[in-house]
Amino acid sequence: MTSSDSTGFDVAKIRKDFPILDQTQAGRRLVFLDSAASSQRPQQVLDAMDNAYLTSYANVHRGVYQLAERATNLYEGARKRVAGFIGASSPDEVVFTKNATEALNLVVGSWGRANLKPGDAVVLSMLEHHANIVPWQMLAAERELEIRWIPVHDDGRLDLSELDRLLDGAKALSVTAMSNVTGTLTQLDQLVSAAHAAGAIVVVDACQSVPHMSTNVTAMGADFVVFSGHKMLGPTGIGVLWGRAEHLAAMPPFLGGGGMILNVTTEGFTPDVAPAKFEAGTPPIVEAIGLGAAIDYLESIGMDAIRQHEVELTAYALRKLTADLGSSIRIFGPAEPHERGGVLSIELENVHAHDVSQILDEHAVCIRPGHHCAKPLMRHFGVAATARASFYLYNDRDDVDALAESLVAARDFFAI
Amino acid sequence: MSGLEDLYREIILDHYRSPRNKGELPAPPARRTEGFNPLCGDEIVVFVNVDDNDTVTDIKIGGQGCSISQASASMMSAAVKGKTLTEVEELTNSFKTMMSIHETDIGGDDSVTSVESSATRDLPLGDLEALRGVVKFPVRIKCATLGWNTLTQAIDEQRNDTAQ
Repeated sequence: MTSSDSTGFDVAKIRKDFPILDQTQAGRRLVFLDSAASSQRPQQVLDAMDNAYLTSYANVHRGVYQLAERATNLYEGARKRVAGFIGASSPDEVVFTKNATEALNLVVGSWGRANLKPGDAVVLSMLEHHANIVPWQMLAAERELEIRWIPVHDDGRLDLSELDRLLDGAKALSVTAMSNVTGTLTQLDQLVSAAHAAGAIVVVDACQSVPHMSTNVTAMGADFVVFSGHKMLGPTGIGVLWGRAEHLAAMPPFLGGGGMILNVTTEGFTPDVAPAKFEAGTPPIVEAIGLGAAIDYLESIGMDAIRQHEVELTAYALRKLTADLGSSIRIFGPAEPHERGGVLSIELENVHAHDVSQILDEHAVCIRPGHHCAKPLMRHFGVAATARASFYLYNDRDDVDALAESLVAARDFFAI
Repeated sequence: MSGLEDLYREIILDHYRSPRNKGELPAPPARRTEGFNPLCGDEIVVFVNVDDNDTVTDIKIGGQGCSISQASASMMSAAVKGKTLTEVEELTNSFKTMMSIHETDIGGDDSVTSVESSATRDLPLGDLEALRGVVKFPVRIKCATLGWNTLTQAIDEQRNDTAQ
């Protein structure tokens, strides 16, 4: 067993907190390598959610009774935890959404609608997930916006050689912090300063980075940062939009309804201030509480320790897969583990990703085949699909060994 | 790996490794139709020539996909060449019945009525029978039907054009 790596990171102990990982499939230990799509969650998160439903549930922000006050305190407590976790200057800069996709739609639908006019340009990168492409394309079609694309090198790093030209006259840059296909960590320092110098605001899709490394939105310097709860040990149905207070104050509401108003008359309405302005309707109360518990759990392990563990595991995986599969495998993304997250997109020679995933399932190895909601990037790489393995704090070298062994089996199964 | 051997029958792997009618036809005169599997990103392009007697005189398959989608399209191309559009539709219905597609969510107009099913069940499928094992792997059914749905779309477009 190699459950504890050289950093002293105790995966065996962590795995005890994740009951779902303690199962077999056809006699084999389940190997879960799909956390980039959605992570698993520890008992502590499930207990926090159960406890909220069992002892402290009522709708928030409305009731005068003590039960409702407890529920409101738990919900707002989760907002404070999120703010602390990402280094926000105030919990009022944290808006709860359904997921990161909704958070991006909120930015485009509210900030974009209020600030972009025909002919304006928005800059995206070729690494983006569809969630950071389609909302902009929808507004572009309506407003006749120009969308410009930051190209990508063959190793998955962004090509910033023409960045200033691309940003010239642009109103917004919306870019991923870490690619969900190649694991590329983008050069946010350079991107943010160049965009601001050009007068563009910066939106960061941090779905893949926030779960895996320490994040400080104030130091990052962006204008908006979005991420989702279910990729960071939290439940589904909860996402986060962090926005600079001055932006959130100036932006019009996104969804209308209860909870987001100060006053409503037959003539019209007066919106509440942020974050309530952007949280129409009953929010995902217990999901937010679950996210708060996930953050407590992550902080108890330590984000720097998690990052170091994943860098080591990624380095091991890159060595192991290259050694075992040689020229029959192509691994996308930067070769240097420190320049990437624990996401390995793989092309196996002569075996389609769908077939790879099918054979791996026989070995109880869960990976993801497909375009990973990044079709422009897949087209750039000239592939229809890749097989993607992704790591988290509960994965260890045994998981990587099982991945390598099952990939060899897949290659040999389809060998002529 | 008995389940896998049901899925990856030797004849399927043969069609995957040596696809029949792979390539393109000049379009026009050929009809060019694209099909997508949004789940996995597979893209298939069907080129088909139909003569004045509604007979498929030539067909080519382009695009890329997994072993199941490629093998199924390859077998389909071999099976439909020389058949009339009506015969192709009957064969398609038989194939989809084998794939147990009674849902309407598989994409396109796939609802097979029980009357049609019973009427077409006995149509010989030949090599295509090898794809029967796909039914045990429900997520792969869309792979097997991608080429067929694309051909169906091409035929529908052909009929609409001829009708005008």
